[in-house]
Amino acid sequence: MIHVFLIVFLISLFYMAIANRMLTYVNILALQGVLLFFVVFLQLKEISTLNLVLILLETVVFKSLAVPLFLRYILKRNKITREAEPFLPHFVSLIIVTLIVVVTILLANSIKDTNLDKIFFVVALSTLFTGLYFIASRRKIITHVMGYLIIENGVFVLSLAVGNEMPMLVNLGIMLDIFASVLILGIFLNKIGDVFKEVDVDQLTNLKDY
Amino acid sequence: MTLIYLIGAFLIVIGLFVNRNKIINYSLLGLFIILQWTFTIYSLYHFRCTELDYFSFDSLGILLLLTLSIVAVPAALHSFIYIEKHPENPETRSIYFAALVGLLTATGVGYLSNHIAVTWIFTEITTLCASALIYHHRTKLALEGTWKYVFICAISITFVFIGILFLSLSLTHAGSDDLSFKNLLANSAQLNPFWLRLSFLFIFTGFTAKLGLVPMFTAGIDAKDKAPAPAGALLASVLMNLGFVGIFRFYIVIANTPLHHWANVVIGIAAFLSLFVATVYMIKVKNLKRMFAYSGIEHMGLVMLGVAAGGVGYYAAILHVVLHAFVKSAVFFQYNQIYRIYQNKSIYHIGNYFKYNTTGAIVILFAFISTSAMPPSGLFVSEFLIFRSLFEANQIIVLIAVLLLLTMIIWAFGKNIFKILFIPPVDFDDSNLTKISPWESSTQFILLAGAVYLGLNPPIEFVNLIKESIMLLPK
Repeated sequence: MIHVFLIVFLISLFYMAIANRMLTYVNILALQGVLLFFVVFLQLKEISTLNLVLILLETVVFKSLAVPLFLRYILKRNKITREAEPFLPHFVSLIIVTLIVVVTILLANSIKDTNLDKIFFVVALSTLFTGLYFIASRRKIITHVMGYLIIENGVFVLSLAVGNEMPMLVNLGIMLDIFASVLILGIFLNKIGDVFKEVDVDQLTNLKDY
Repeated sequence: MTLIYLIGAFLIVIGLFVNRNKIINYSLLGLFIILQWTFTIYSLYHFRCTELDYFSFDSLGILLLLTLSIVAVPAALHSFIYIEKHPENPETRSIYFAALVGLLTATGVGYLSNHIAVTWIFTEITTLCASALIYHHRTKLALEGTWKYVFICAISITFVFIGILFLSLSLTHAGSDDLSFKNLLANSAQLNPFWLRLSFLFIFTGFTAKLGLVPMFTAGIDAKDKAPAPAGALLASVLMNLGFVGIFRFYIVIANTPLHHWANVVIGIAAFLSLFVATVYMIKVKNLKRMFAYSGIEHMGLVMLGVAAGGVGYYAAILHVVLHAFVKSAVFFQYNQIYRIYQNKSIYHIGNYFKYNTTGAIVILFAFISTSAMPPSGLFVSEFLIFRSLFEANQIIVLIAVLLLLTMIIWAFGKNIFKILFIPPVDFDDSNLTKISPWESSTQFILLAGAVYLGLNPPIEFVNLIKESIMLLPK
């Protein structure tokens, strides 16, 4: 059952590669939060109940409610246009994401480690690289933030793979999630939208060497 | 005592943040300096002890903590001058001091942590504090710098976390789940090489954002450019050392596994590329503050080359890190005087500095000699040892390339510095010149002289501390 959720998670990345509207991105992020909720619920059987509740709350409340609502609010407040405006056409994006997934599957097959469930590894690494790809290929700053949130989801999946043995690492991952998201989104919400009227990365090229 | 220190520093940060009164702000800052020194002296007396399970007063930690405490005093002093000379409102002032105290505390405790996850947590806290310092002026450019710094640091922090996860996977074979450096070292034979490789790549890449090495160096440059100069001095010296500690402690583990050579190659490539990048930018750069920041990239590249070469290079690397912290912070403290006279960062608009501020010009001249590692600079000794280690490791081609790059760096650096000192600036009106008290340069003289002393005639305790830091590395 865990595998089903993880594969749906992977498919959501493909959908993101061809999605055109900003709101779709936000919705996919919320969906990923819900998927992670179920994965946590099924995967982490050996840790204490209190800790499990904490992790579950983080996935549902933080990842699938707070952050998406916050992003919607930012989109509205800063009047960001609805299209994502990628540098590359969707078809190319789809091919690149597929390539990323294929390469991570090949990499995972070369591992001779019985301790690790390989599907976690594949999903986590492909999410990580897809997030990096989104950061590199989208024009708006807010899509960079979304790319970063995707990376964090990938890291979270990876931390679940070792979660039963070392619950501390999952907790650290949650700390990273909340800390970095609040820092990044905080700057975004408060400042970038006010100061830079057009919220494109082209605006962020004024720091120069001469 | 570590607990008292942490709680005390935390209360001071809260106090600074909440209270906007000028006198209380300054007295809290003074109180923090006293606390910092008490903690440092306490740690000297409790050498090799461990407190709260996660903090050990080991040789490397103590060495860098002492460096931090020494640099912290002029940093507080120059921050005071900076805040007094600029029209500040109470809000930005109290946030500045709170972030400064937070940065110093997190960095100092980060040095002492003996657990990779704890080092990671404190590195994260330094990002938060540093971003508040960079955004001090609340301008569009400052925001751009802050945004880039925060975003790149967030990604690199995530990378370090992924590295820690891989490390835990690599440790599962050893039947242990304790990620302290000591336990990792004890189990180094059982670490799974595949996961260890991945883990090293991610942790190394992640910490380069703080250390200022290829590939993540860009964030640090913008940060040092936009942060107020006294804060920039900390970012360019002690914060870089935190990145070094993170990498070096993990490197000690990996050096005791069969992956030692591979790790050396990885570090060597990154270090050489950093030197190359630093050279390219140093030739091109026209912004004085960014030039100093790029010089930091060059020095950290040399440090990591020393680590990669091994042998006497380990000793030289740690010596270089300490001396560089003194020299580079002095340069940044001095920079603010230049800005106050010319109100400009561009080299075209700065010049004839000897005429306008003689003491400051002498500091700049000394700083140039120190930074470019000409004798009698202390950095000359460490750089010389790094070259020798490269020679002994039979890396003659790398050595020749490095020497060529360094020659170009010294040429570019010297050209700009002598332009500043002697050639008249473009359209500069010197009718209402800002007067600068020579006393403001005294701390820079002390820092630079300290670097000369430690390099040429190091006290035996200092040498022993360095030797003990590298004791666990294979010969």
